[in-house]
Parts: sequence; C-alpha cells; structure tokens
Amino acid sequence: MNSCGNTRKAFGEELLNLVQEGEDIIAVCADTRDSMRLDLLAEKFSNRVINVGIAEQNMMMVAAGIASTGKIAFAATYAMLNSMRALEQVRTFVAYPKLNVKIVSGLSGLTGSIEGVTHQCIEDLAIMRSIPNMVVLASADYASTKVIVREAAEYTGPVYIRIGRDDTPDIFDGSYSFEIGKANKLQDGKDLCMISTGLILDHAIKAVKILQNRGFSIRLLEMPSIKPIDKEAIIKAAQDIGKLVTVEEHTILGGLGGAVAEVLTDNIPTRLTRLGINDVFTESGEYIDLLNKYGLSVENIVRQSEKLILE
Amino acid sequence: MNEERARLIKKLEEKAKEIRYKTVCLAYKAGKAHTGPSLSTTDILVALYYYKMNINPKNPKWVERDKFILSKGHGCVSLYVILAELGYYPAEDNLKLRKVDGIVQGHPDMTKTPGIEFTTGSLGNGIGAAVGMAIAAKIDKLKSKVYVLLGDGEIQEGIVWEAVASAKHYKLDNLIAIVDNNNFQSCGALPDICDFYPFREKWQSFGWNVIEIDGHDFNEILPALDLAERSKNPCVIIAKTIKGKGVSFMENNNAWHQKTYTKEEYEQACLELSLLRR
Repeated sequence: MNSCGNTRKAFGEELLNLVQEGEDIIAVCADTRDSMRLDLLAEKFSNRVINVGIAEQNMMMVAAGIASTGKIAFAATYAMLNSMRALEQVRTFVAYPKLNVKIVSGLSGLTGSIEGVTHQCIEDLAIMRSIPNMVVLASADYASTKVIVREAAEYTGPVYIRIGRDDTPDIFDGSYSFEIGKANKLQDGKDLCMISTGLILDHAIKAVKILQNRGFSIRLLEMPSIKPIDKEAIIKAAQDIGKLVTVEEHTILGGLGGAVAEVLTDNIPTRLTRLGINDVFTESGEYIDLLNKYGLSVENIVRQSEKLILE
Repeated sequence: MNEERARLIKKLEEKAKEIRYKTVCLAYKAGKAHTGPSLSTTDILVALYYYKMNINPKNPKWVERDKFILSKGHGCVSLYVILAELGYYPAEDNLKLRKVDGIVQGHPDMTKTPGIEFTTGSLGNGIGAAVGMAIAAKIDKLKSKVYVLLGDGEIQEGIVWEAVASAKHYKLDNLIAIVDNNNFQSCGALPDICDFYPFREKWQSFGWNVIEIDGHDFNEILPALDLAERSKNPCVIIAKTIKGKGVSFMENNNAWHQKTYTKEEYEQACLELSLLRR
C-alpha cells in the first residue's frame, strides 16, 4: 500500500464534520490554527476557532473555561507544548475537574524531526498517563485519526490525542474500529506478540511481515488507547504466547512499554522487550533517519524481536 | 444619594460584618487557613453576591447566571461563608473545611462545592478560565457577566497577562476583573518582593478600562461594579484593600496570610468583630 494521508488534516476535517453535524465544539489554539488544520473549521465557522496567540497555558485555561460551560473544547497545539508548557493547566484545571477538553497534539514523537529536540516530544505519553482522569490515545494514520477524534468527542471527559506532522502511510480505511480501552488485533500468531501504537505502527507491520517471511508466527496488536489500556489483551498474549515486544515512538520509560510492563508485573510476569527511544535526547534530522538512528528502524524491530523469540 | 441607596449600603455593611465574623470563626475551626487574604476581599464578595450578580442559589446551574471565579483561591474562607449563607449548601458543610471527606477544599473546587464555578488555587489561572467562559457566553448570545477576583501578588504570574491580552483581542465586554490590592503577598509587601506597580498603566496598555476604588467602601464598590458592567472593553477594578481588614492585630500584618489562631487571638478577633457589629 503506497497511499499516504495526513493526521493533522484528518483532525481538521473530522472536527469540521462534527461541528456540521451540530456538535457544540469550540477549538482553541495558540497560533496553531493553520498548522493544526483548524483553518478547515474556521473557514465555515469562524467563531468556533479561538486563537489566543503564542500562549499555550492560556490556551488550555480558555479551553477549560469553555468546557466548564457545557461545550466540548478542543485544545490543539504541538505535543511538547500541550504536555509540558501547559502541563499544570492540564493536570489541575482540565483533568482534576474532569472537564470535557480534548487535547490534540501534533508533532508528537520524532515527527518534529528536522526542527530538533525542542519541537519533538518523546515524553508525552508518560506524562499524560500519570494524570488521573486522563484518557491517552495515539492514532496510527489518517483514517484512524478521524475515527479517534470522533470517539474522543463522543466521550465525556479529558482526552489526550497524539498525532503527527507530515503525511504518513495509510494503514487503515474508513472501517477502522476503535473503542477507548481496547486493543485492535491486526493478526494472530504464536511465537511473539508485538504491541505498537501511533505512527510507528507502520514499521511494526513491516517488521512483522519480515519475521513471517523468516517463518515466525506473530500476533500484532495495535494499542491506540494507552490509558486505559487493554489489560485483557495483554494478559491473554502473555498466557497464549509468553513473549511480548512493544514498539513506540516515545522514550521506553513510562509510555506504552511501561504500561504493558505494569500490567504484566501485576498479573502475569512475562518476558517483554520494550523498543523505543532509549532514554536519550535525539537531534535534528529527517524523520526516517531519526527512526533508524534511535532504534525504531524496521530492521532493528526485526532484530530485537527475533532475539526475543530465539531466547 | 437617596435614602434607598443609603439603606442598601447600610445593609451591605452589616452583611459584611457578619461575614467577617463568620470567616474568623470558620478559619479558627479549620485550624490553619488564609484569614488575612479572606478578610481583604470580604466587602467585594458581599457586593458581588448580595448586590450585583444575577444568581440563583436554588438553581446553581441556571444558564443565564453571572459567574464568579476566585482566582486568588486561597482567599476562599469568606466565599465559603457566603455560599453557605446563600443556601448553595448547608452551613454545617463548612465545618469540614480542609478536612478529609469534606465538600469544601483548601482551595475552591468546582466538582465538590456547589456555587464554585471554577477550580482555583494555583495562582494566575482563574482569569484564563474566565476568558473561556466569557467567550462561550458570547457564542451563546447570553447576557451573563463573568467576574474574576485576582490577588495583587497573583498578577506577577505571566499567564495572567496572556489572558488579559486575549480578553482584549476578543473584545470581552462581559468580563470584569477585580484586583484585591492589599499590597501583600506571602513573603512580604509587594514592592519589596517584585515591584509590579503601577497597575493602572499596565492594564490600560493591554486595552482594558481601569477603575480604581477603595475596596472596603460600598459607596465606591457599587458604582464601580455598575460602571464596569457598561464598559465596552474588558474592565478591571483595582480595589485598594487592607489585608486582615476588621481585626486590629491582623490588619496589614502579613503573619496572618495563613496562620493558626491561639485561643486568645481567636477570642480577641471575635470580640473586635462583635463590637463592630453592634
């Protein structure tokens, strides 16, 4: 499959669809109207996009204030700004009062790429996961972003959604199914269970194909819901297969790998390899070059998986 | 000034004395609470809740109500006394202030306490939420106003000015800020910590209308609130106040920012406030 789509565009399009269907949504951004594709909504409903300027903390408070009146607020800027600059506002004034704010983060993971460490974000899942009341989601492509944005709007309460930057390969189509707290089993297998989330799912799928060609049988789970996480699917994989690998475009500390490790430790201690960025800061570079250098190449996923299977 | 107005002001003054007395009683029972910052705001709160705001305590979620956010959340003791007085919840609930399983938290909590419009306490954040509420009211074409009370020390927080700028940009004539200018913050007098004066010029340069008043004189508070309501720009009332107002040994004594009372101090405070009420 060679077609590509853009997760930010998917977000903008679906938000417009939701408003056109009559959802009482206000989107708030911090000089990110166009880059987060809120221009699509603003063109038709100019008063439903609030741009507070370069002021992310205020963006989050304005979103919280709007949500307190009963509307659905979407706060949209880059992952490192949502999860760090505005973190106290997210924690104390969105999550604690359980306000209906959807925090949408572009440039997550390494997708900030050429901009460098300042614009990348490999810590947001760990940060957001530690906050009570927060639902933490990551979408893998254009089609799944649309479904996830829609489901987040349907859910009442705070949600963090991680999306990307540039066009990425299409994995799913309009039939993509999503439920908060549920894994998607993309294929079954008996030698290893690979669990991935977000845009890097593309590499996980490619790695699985290579492993299959080498004669291994792989179960592949997409975990779009990092919190709540699908404990049953993880425990079942541990029981059925006994070897797990997680693949995430995030530090290996506290994100998907951390969440899976917690479930295993609490329920069924099982061999697990966590693949991600190995607790280091990265650098500027083309997206694919960064993935390759920092351990998320298809080849490295294959190599580490094979190593675990053959242990 | 006509007789009716004089009677109204007399009534509000009496109410403020009563609220001050009950604030001290409540702070004493809580153990450790912010008495000083609560007493400086009492008259402003009384003017808002008993004179200005369109509210219905029997229907706290009434869509067309005016809204109040105590951005300086630590000054909540007087607010709790008022909310209970107005019937948002039973006064007994205030006895569990700052205690486990209580509905009144150390700082205002919109999910636990009826009448609290927005959770506050971590300084600087309330005014951004007020901007969001004011924007939402405009989108819904509601006439309701949003009032937000800030501490004078609190406006040292940078996020306050992010919100102030956005209020002007969105022409929020339904947003009214009040600065409780008691001239003290936790560590001491404002000019000694981080001199943030002059206030008027700062707010004006952000496009706000500014009204300066004595925050303990209802003859000034009421006209200021009426004027602010008619402002075509977002409007701030800078209210000169006295931290610990009403109790001689607390006035302008920053030790009472947050302090536990001795029995003698409590009795002395009650005595002074009772004498005031006669």
